[in-house]
Amino acid sequence: MSGPTVTSVPPGIAVAPDLPDLLPAVNLGRGIIGFLRRHPTIAVGGTLLILMLLMAVLAPYLGTVDPTALATARRTRPPSAEHWFGTDMLGRDLYSRVIYGARVSLLVGFSVAAFASVIGLAIGLFAGFVRWADAILMRVMDGLMSIPPILLAVALMALTRGSVGNVIVAITIAEIPRVSRLVRSVVLSLREQPYVDAAVAAGTRTPMIILRHILPNTLAPMTVQATYICASAMIVEAILSFIGAGTPPITPSWGNIMAEGRALWQVKPFIVFFPAVFLSVTVLSVNLLGDGWRDALDPRMAKGL
Amino acid sequence: MFAYVVRRVIATVPVMAVVALFVFSLLYIAPGDPAAVIAGDQATPADVERIRQSLGLDRPFLIRFGEWVWQILHGDLGTSIFTNLPVTTMMAQRFEPTLSLMVVTMCFAVAVAVPIGVLAAWKAGTWIDRAIMAFAIFGFSVPVFVIAYLLAFVFALKLEWLPVQGYTSLSEGVWPWFENLILPAIALGCIYIALIARVTRAAMLEVLQQDYIRTARAKGIGQQGILFVHALKNASVPIVTVIGIGVALLIGGAVVTESVFAIPGLGRLTVDAILRRDYPLIQGIVLLFSFIYVLVNLLVDLSYTLLDPRIRY
Repeated sequence: MSGPTVTSVPPGIAVAPDLPDLLPAVNLGRGIIGFLRRHPTIAVGGTLLILMLLMAVLAPYLGTVDPTALATARRTRPPSAEHWFGTDMLGRDLYSRVIYGARVSLLVGFSVAAFASVIGLAIGLFAGFVRWADAILMRVMDGLMSIPPILLAVALMALTRGSVGNVIVAITIAEIPRVSRLVRSVVLSLREQPYVDAAVAAGTRTPMIILRHILPNTLAPMTVQATYICASAMIVEAILSFIGAGTPPITPSWGNIMAEGRALWQVKPFIVFFPAVFLSVTVLSVNLLGDGWRDALDPRMAKGL
Repeated sequence: MFAYVVRRVIATVPVMAVVALFVFSLLYIAPGDPAAVIAGDQATPADVERIRQSLGLDRPFLIRFGEWVWQILHGDLGTSIFTNLPVTTMMAQRFEPTLSLMVVTMCFAVAVAVPIGVLAAWKAGTWIDRAIMAFAIFGFSVPVFVIAYLLAFVFALKLEWLPVQGYTSLSEGVWPWFENLILPAIALGCIYIALIARVTRAAMLEVLQQDYIRTARAKGIGQQGILFVHALKNASVPIVTVIGIGVALLIGGAVVTESVFAIPGLGRLTVDAILRRDYPLIQGIVLLFSFIYVLVNLLVDLSYTLLDPRIRY
């Protein structure tokens, strides 16, 4: 009846035997390092992105001057000890402009990723559960998806005044269809899962099913998608600014700096060079992060895409 | 088969209807007064009123939309606010360079991407595979105008192998035409190659695990025969799909590439239209490009039945 170690308990009362500790305390620090070692792309992408974020946040303390300060006496100077990246056509310090430009790119990238994910998630969940809405919403999304994203953003920007806020809205609208399509397809396959049937049979209400059983399972593919949206939004912002339909010229953004250097690129290539490198490295870091994250979430995919 | 084609063609009608409705209703749902934004800061109230009338903003939405669709169906996309020329005329003048650029880019990209995707799948896990996939992630990350400037700087400005900018019509000879398109096509093709190569590799890896590949190998078919006959044919549906989807990237990229290389095509026209806020022209361009995109993907859909006889609708 009672175990050999239990002696003080009166007979007739069962006592749970001592079990070995099956779950040793997780060393969080070692867990993260091990995780990063198994997924070097996350380590590299994450480090680069953190550096860019720090650069954007700490821009005023990185030896920069006012990125909009004009100095017509020293226009288009090549890189020197005084102006590390040279100066542009209006004599503004390119190093400061490039460092401050990180703020616009990262703000646009992260905002678009967040807004497009949340709105796309809502639309996808709604379409996945409400049959009459599904047909209408998906026809609308199909239509929006057949407008190439950059053109869609261009058309939106043509009707509004250039501002960072409007750029974010325009790119978000262009990205929503893809997210809602993805979420809807995940929802439709999740709805067929036995545990959802079980929840329905147990009388769980639909909102609770969505919250408990559907939503958590859509988050993994959503986060992967969000990193790709972030990367693509940063490129689209640069393209919009480059063609003169994005961030207003007064705000230093990588696309703007390149747009200003465009006329002179054959003689003063450094104006275009520095923002181009920073933009590429930032987008690369986000893409590496996304790829690594996708492989980490679904190891079967690691060999795949 | 015929019924399937008809059904697919009809299915594109609601898609184009949504595109048209969206492009049109932007005028009405844009915050603020679009007529004032389009007229610019120096416009007089009379200018704003003239633009409001020419866009039809003074009339009810549904009536104006009906008229507009009716006009489009009769091949009339309206008149440019800036030049007062018909939008269709302006677009027709710019069509050849863009079509040339896109066709050359597509051929070049597919010719590069599919073999390297197959190679990556064949050598999966080796340094060759890693190098190709590293190239792919760079292709996704480096914006098209950065690649464009880099190529122009190295091959046109420094080495002077190819012209820096410009476009020569195909009617003036094949080589002058092609010469001007080489750098733009490589620049524009990079992201497209990255996309197709990735999907090709994934699709091939999937197929190479199938039983019939083992059977083919057991029959003594060589590696090339297995890769390009047995495997690639069965992996072709996702590859062709992504070639169609990727056309959206080409269209977006053409806007930038044409600006960098001074190609007088629809992409340049888009940039000009944006700078002048010529909304009727922008509407026309968006409609045309979306129509091309829908058409390409319709062809992709129809090609499935040829590529994979198991697909029967």
